[in-house]
Amino acid sequence: MSESTTRLNVFKTYKLYVGGKFPRSESGRVYEVTDSKGKWLANAPLSSRKDARDAVVAARKAFGGWSGATAYNRSQILYRIAEMLEGRREQFVREVGDAEGLSKSKAAAVVDAAIDRWVWYAGWTDKIGQVVGGANPVAGPFFNLSTPEPTGVVAVVAPQESSFLGLVSVIAPVIATGNTAVVIASEKAPLPALSLGEVLATSDLPGGVVNVLSGKASEMGPHLAAHQDVNAIDLAGAGEALAKELEIAAADNLKRVLRPQPVDDWSADPGTSRMTAFLETKTVWHPTGSLGASGSSY
Amino acid sequence: MGVTGRYARRYARVVTMPTTLTAFADVTTSDSALRRFLHGLPGVDAVGLEARAAALGTRSIKTTAKAYAIDLAISMIDLTTLEGADTPGKVRALAAKAVHPDPTDRTTPMTAAVCVYPDMVATAKAALNGADVKVASVATAFPAGRAALPVKLADTRDAVAAGADEIDMVIDRGAFLAGRYLETYELIKAVKEACVREDGTAARLKVIFETGELSTYDNIRRASWIGMLAGADFIKTSTGKVGTNATPANTLLMLEAVRDFKAQTGIQIGVKPAGGIRTTKDAIKFLVLVNETAGEDWLTSEWFRFGASSLLNDLLMQRQKLSTGRYSGPDYVTVD
Repeated sequence: MSESTTRLNVFKTYKLYVGGKFPRSESGRVYEVTDSKGKWLANAPLSSRKDARDAVVAARKAFGGWSGATAYNRSQILYRIAEMLEGRREQFVREVGDAEGLSKSKAAAVVDAAIDRWVWYAGWTDKIGQVVGGANPVAGPFFNLSTPEPTGVVAVVAPQESSFLGLVSVIAPVIATGNTAVVIASEKAPLPALSLGEVLATSDLPGGVVNVLSGKASEMGPHLAAHQDVNAIDLAGAGEALAKELEIAAADNLKRVLRPQPVDDWSADPGTSRMTAFLETKTVWHPTGSLGASGSSY
Repeated sequence: MGVTGRYARRYARVVTMPTTLTAFADVTTSDSALRRFLHGLPGVDAVGLEARAAALGTRSIKTTAKAYAIDLAISMIDLTTLEGADTPGKVRALAAKAVHPDPTDRTTPMTAAVCVYPDMVATAKAALNGADVKVASVATAFPAGRAALPVKLADTRDAVAAGADEIDMVIDRGAFLAGRYLETYELIKAVKEACVREDGTAARLKVIFETGELSTYDNIRRASWIGMLAGADFIKTSTGKVGTNATPANTLLMLEAVRDFKAQTGIQIGVKPAGGIRTTKDAIKFLVLVNETAGEDWLTSEWFRFGASSLLNDLLMQRQKLSTGRYSGPDYVTVD
C-alpha cells in the first residue's frame, strides 16, 4: 500500500450560510456538483423556499444594525473580508479553477480580481454619500440635504457563469451601502459561494448581513420575488424567461428590480451603478436660523 | 374502563380520590389536610413530561389544518399590554386591533379578549364599543402579588366595577413556597367572591401561578389543584414578567390537571399559557398539546387562551401567506 492511501479522505460538507450560521438545507436535500468536465466535486445543499424564508428573516434582523453602522465601520469590515480571502487564496484558486475550468494562473487572476473588488467597494462606503447626495438649492430659508439610504433586504440571483468574481461583484455593492442580502449562488458552481460564507463569518461581518443559499434560482426565486419583506431584487443570474417571471412577481410590493445586464468581463471597472440601484434618497429640510430684521425663521 | 375509573385507580394508591367536588370539601378543612392531599398527589415524572411535550411538538400541521389552527389561535388570544407606560391611546389601539386584527382581511376572527391593568379597563371597554371581545384585567397587585389582602380584594372589585369580564389574579408565591397552602386557597376563594358583580353575575377568574417561580413540576401540579379546588375558571402559567414563562411542559402538566379534575368532578376549567409564545409554530404546538391531552372540549376560546401580544402579528403574517401565497413581512402588520 502506498503512502497516499494510508490516510482516509476528509471530504468537505458544504453548507448554507444563513444568519451567521452554517445550516444544512431545511429540506435535507443535496445535489451533486461537478467540475466543468463533469467530474464529481461535492454535494451542495439544494435549498428550499423555507431556507429562503429563513434567510430573509435573518437578513431583516441584521438590517438595523448593519445600516446603522457607520460607513467607516462598514468599510473596515469589507476590507477585512479582502484580508481573510487573501489568507485562503489557495483554496479559492482551486475551487474557482474546478468550477469554471480555468487554469491555475487564470483562476488566480480571477481570485485576485475578486479580492481587489472587496477593497474597491470598501473604499466606496463613505464616499457614495458625497457622490449621490448633497445640498440642494431651495427658495426659502432652509438647508435642504439629500442623503442616500439603503433600500433594505435585497435578494440577489448571482451570475451563473462567473461563480466567484461575478458573485463578489454583485454582493459587495449591495452590502457596501448598508443593505443586507439573500444570495442564490450559481446553480452549477455554488462551491466558491459556499466557501465565501466561511470567509464572511470570520470577517466581523454581522451574521445575517449576507446569506448564501445554493440550489435552483427557479425554485427559490419566485418566493423571494413575491416576498413582501424583500425590498429589492437583483436578477443578475436569472435567464430571460425567469427574469421576466420574477419581475412580474416583484411588482406586487413595488420592489426595486435590477434587470440582468450582459456582462462580458466581470473584471472591468464596475462603476457605481450597482450601488445606486439599491439606494433610496432621503431629503431633509432644516431651518437656516435667523432671517435678520424679521426676527426668527420659526 | 372509563376515564374516571382509570384516574381514580391511579390516585387510589396514594389517597382515596373523591369523585365529586363536594367530596373534596374535606381536603380544604385545614392546612394539614390540604397539605396531606397535595403531597399525596403523584409526583411528576419530569423527564417523561418534557419528552411527551417535545414529542407532541413535532407534529406537522399543514395547509387547511394549519389555516384552521391559525384562525383558532387568533380567536384564543388575550391581546395583552401590561406596561408601566400604557396610555389610553395605546389601549384604544390594542382594542381596535383585537376587533380587526387584520384590517385588510375582514374574514380574520376577533381575538378572545384584551388584557390590561385595572385602571385601563374602562378605557378598553369603551374602545371595544360592544364588540364581542372580552376585557380581562389583571388584579391582586399584579405581577408580584405582594400586597395586603384587603388591597388585593379592592383591586379586584375596582376592575370588576369598571366592567372587566375576566380577572387575572396572581397567587401569593411566597405563601405557597413557604407551605402555607390553605392561605393560598383562601386568597383565591376571597378573590373569587370579589369577582361577583352587583347583579349576581361574576367575572371569570383566571389564577396565575407564575410557574417560573415555583421551582418544581410537583409544585405546579399542587398549585393547579389548589386553584381548581378554590374555584378558578382558568389556570394560567405566568405573568410574562419573569425569565421563564409558558413552556410546553408546564402547560402540558396543567392540561393534565384540568383533564383529571374534570374526570373527577365533571367541572371543566380553562388553561391559559402566557408569555414567551411568539410564533405561529409555537402556538400550533400548544394547540396540539390541548387536543392530545385535555381533548377537543378545550379547543375553544372559552377554555383555552394564549396570553400574548407579538404572537398575533406572526399569526397574521402566516395567515396572509396562506391566503395570498406570498410571504408577508412586518411592514404589513401593526407595530405595537
